[in-house]
Amino acid sequence: MERAAPQPPSRVDLLAYGRAVLRAALIPAAAIVVALSIGAVIIAISGANPLVAYGALFEGGLGSGRALSRTLEKATPLIFGGLAVALAFKCGLFNIGAQGQLLLGAIFAGYIGFAIQGLPAVVHISLALLIGALMGALWAAIAGALKAFTGAHEVITTIMLNFVAFNLTDWLADGPWKDRSPGNIVARTPTIAPEARLPDIAGVPLGIILAVLAALAVWWLIWRTTIGFELRTVGQNASAARYAGISVRRMTLLALILSGFLAGIGGAVETLGVVGRFQPGFNAGLGFNAITIALLARTNPIAVIPASLLIGVMQAGASRMQFNSGAASEIIDVIQALILFFVAADSMIRWVLRVRAEEGERVTLSSGWGS
Amino acid sequence: MTAAPAPEVVLEARGITKRFPGVIANEHVSLKLQRGEVLALLGENGAGKTTLMNILYGMYHQDAGEVLVRGQAVRISGPSDSISRGIGMVHQHFMLVPVFTVAENIILGAETGNGPFLDLSVARRQIRELSQRYNLDVDPDAYVKDLSVGQQQRVEIIKALYRKADILILDEPTAVLTPQETQELFAIIRSLTSQGASVIFITHKLKEVLAIADRIMVLRRGRVVGETTPQAASERSLAEMMVGRSVMLEVEKQEANPGATVLAIERLVVDDDRGQQVVNGLSLEVRAGEILGVAGVQGNGQTELVEAITGLRAARSGRVLINGHDLTNASPRRVSETGSAHVPEDRQEDGLVLTYSVADNLVLNRYYVAPFARGVVRDEHAIMQHAEELIDRYDVRTPSVLTPVSALSGGNKQKVIIARELSREVRLLIAAQPTRGIDVGSIEFIHQQIIAERDRGAAVLLVSAELDEIMALSDRIAVMYHGQIVATMPAAGASREELGLLMAGARPAAPAVSEAV
Repeated sequence: MERAAPQPPSRVDLLAYGRAVLRAALIPAAAIVVALSIGAVIIAISGANPLVAYGALFEGGLGSGRALSRTLEKATPLIFGGLAVALAFKCGLFNIGAQGQLLLGAIFAGYIGFAIQGLPAVVHISLALLIGALMGALWAAIAGALKAFTGAHEVITTIMLNFVAFNLTDWLADGPWKDRSPGNIVARTPTIAPEARLPDIAGVPLGIILAVLAALAVWWLIWRTTIGFELRTVGQNASAARYAGISVRRMTLLALILSGFLAGIGGAVETLGVVGRFQPGFNAGLGFNAITIALLARTNPIAVIPASLLIGVMQAGASRMQFNSGAASEIIDVIQALILFFVAADSMIRWVLRVRAEEGERVTLSSGWGS
Repeated sequence: MTAAPAPEVVLEARGITKRFPGVIANEHVSLKLQRGEVLALLGENGAGKTTLMNILYGMYHQDAGEVLVRGQAVRISGPSDSISRGIGMVHQHFMLVPVFTVAENIILGAETGNGPFLDLSVARRQIRELSQRYNLDVDPDAYVKDLSVGQQQRVEIIKALYRKADILILDEPTAVLTPQETQELFAIIRSLTSQGASVIFITHKLKEVLAIADRIMVLRRGRVVGETTPQAASERSLAEMMVGRSVMLEVEKQEANPGATVLAIERLVVDDDRGQQVVNGLSLEVRAGEILGVAGVQGNGQTELVEAITGLRAARSGRVLINGHDLTNASPRRVSETGSAHVPEDRQEDGLVLTYSVADNLVLNRYYVAPFARGVVRDEHAIMQHAEELIDRYDVRTPSVLTPVSALSGGNKQKVIIARELSREVRLLIAAQPTRGIDVGSIEFIHQQIIAERDRGAAVLLVSAELDEIMALSDRIAVMYHGQIVATMPAAGASREELGLLMAGARPAAPAVSEAV
């Protein structure tokens, strides 16, 4: 999951760095264009005007202050999720379980949010975020331990843990933690205390600020610390890592814990910043979109931000698109799936563009099922 | 080159040029292979031999130039196309299915049968005929996993012959063979050529070229730098052509001055990946200031022995003592921190992270200590400076310290490892196949470094499948066979023949198993 370029700029001249960034962005950009083009064909077949549809889509995502804030709202948990998946990829692990980790983070943040009253906002928010993050980390740690100590493939175990998380959170929201207020019949937790709600800082939601800071932190961790070096080394070549004295087991566990931690915050932010309570269904698909985003960003933590914003725009604008053009809003899911498809199958795009893969640049999804 | 090809030329390349991003692998290379001859293609790693062969075999297509098979210009579209034109290739790494029989392996991809049912009888008969005709001595019903490496190679040769190839390309065929097996292979090659087949023999070993070739073509940096015959050439002249300057073929070294025991291995038992016991109660000692060379055919437990010493593989029983401390089954890092350096056998897989820069690879074992890290924060500046120093000191040829190490030639990759491992105080050096597949110039340099470590007082355990290397560097030689040391002797008195026999499992004249208990 590594490409040779762009390396972080340390004494590299900026021009070369810029070129490397452009080259790295070429494939994802082409994937987006191709996916949107195919999406346009599908819209046309369904009887709507693709230009009107896309116009409305972007207007609904970017066209006004409200549209923009809706986009940021959508993008925030996606950034955390994308970072979670990208970080695991750096260590050669495919964390399909971001969804489950995110759900755990979302419901536990919600629990802290409604179960405790009267704390100062700073303390309450920090506590809720931390518990959400830790629950996500714990959930991922199960898969990490299974991988590290028994070799069980993380793709399988994280998928399984997703199902457990779906049902566990459903049960909690419909059972012990159900909103018992009169008239409520749906599965959801009570609303969180007002002190636990994420505020806006100078008009910008705290969630997106945290997300951007998290992206910077992950970048720093991966490229500037020895821990990141160890994670990357295990991801690039586990046997060389062992030879270099790095414990592959420890790194596998650590990578999944950090990944789950990020996904957990993503869920917590969604609860504390947007929904105001945990309600199953509100977080659906976030963890899977996170995979698309991580791949679109080619596992680069900084690139996760624009990738999330793009998906955020499409999600925020989907209903406007349906309203204005008559194209079904589900078309957005199709486009997202196509983007994922073309990013993952990047050799197809390379063939179309006649771009040769740089050494080590090819995206490898997973080291193999048996390993 | 413009004249019509003489009728006996079976394969010809004219002005082949092949570029890869940033390198010209072949530049205007021409060759002619005549019927019934052995053409040796000699060159350092990275000289373009393999690229040229892959073009002839249809794996790549050339950017310029043409390939002629029996006088006809052709465009070879892939391996199956080249086979149908009578060109067969035996790769360095065999492409055989271990759990299949010889016959099943040979017909694989060209199955004969009635409808959906496999019919091996015809194939079996043909294989027997081929085997007899060329003295290959291969049983079609044996399972490949039960065959020695030399026999497996013959299966690969039959595979090509079975497909009616009469032009054989052998890529570094002797890399995995004992001296005796090499002689047998040469006999087979002679019997092939005497019956009209033509052979291109790719190698970097000078002795072999002189022994088997009819004509020798030398490649350097993608160009043909000379053509000669064994009669007109010597090892020295070939080495000079290959490297482009005069080289020392002999290693100069002083008498060893052994000190205290640094590495002691006692009755070590180690399993391989499949759970087979491949190191069988092995014992040995290496003292400070000496080089102990472990000779042996690959696959006799050397790999597992080295992995067990360096902490990469758990030993079942026995002890590993370094400087008197018990380090049996210690972690690789603990072993390394005792001042043990390890040049691993598989440098691509274990020794380097290919996508990392030269600089990162140079700190792979010390990235976490000062000055390369403060706490958990990497000091990029110190890492770069360290890299600049080492590429200078160890003569690593790289465009920059930020170049991915994958872009370097084999010799330079190995120099990166040597530089990293030896640029700190070393008390024990474990070098496994330190010069496998690398160029003469780099070999010379690496040998000098190993001897310099010895002279500085390090104990050196050298494991190599190259008998010449063992004999040139070692102060004492231990022969490993079936997971045990079957004999240990001073290097001074050892003869190639004797070592070759011991490596093949012959019992030593003296009561067997002198050191292995």
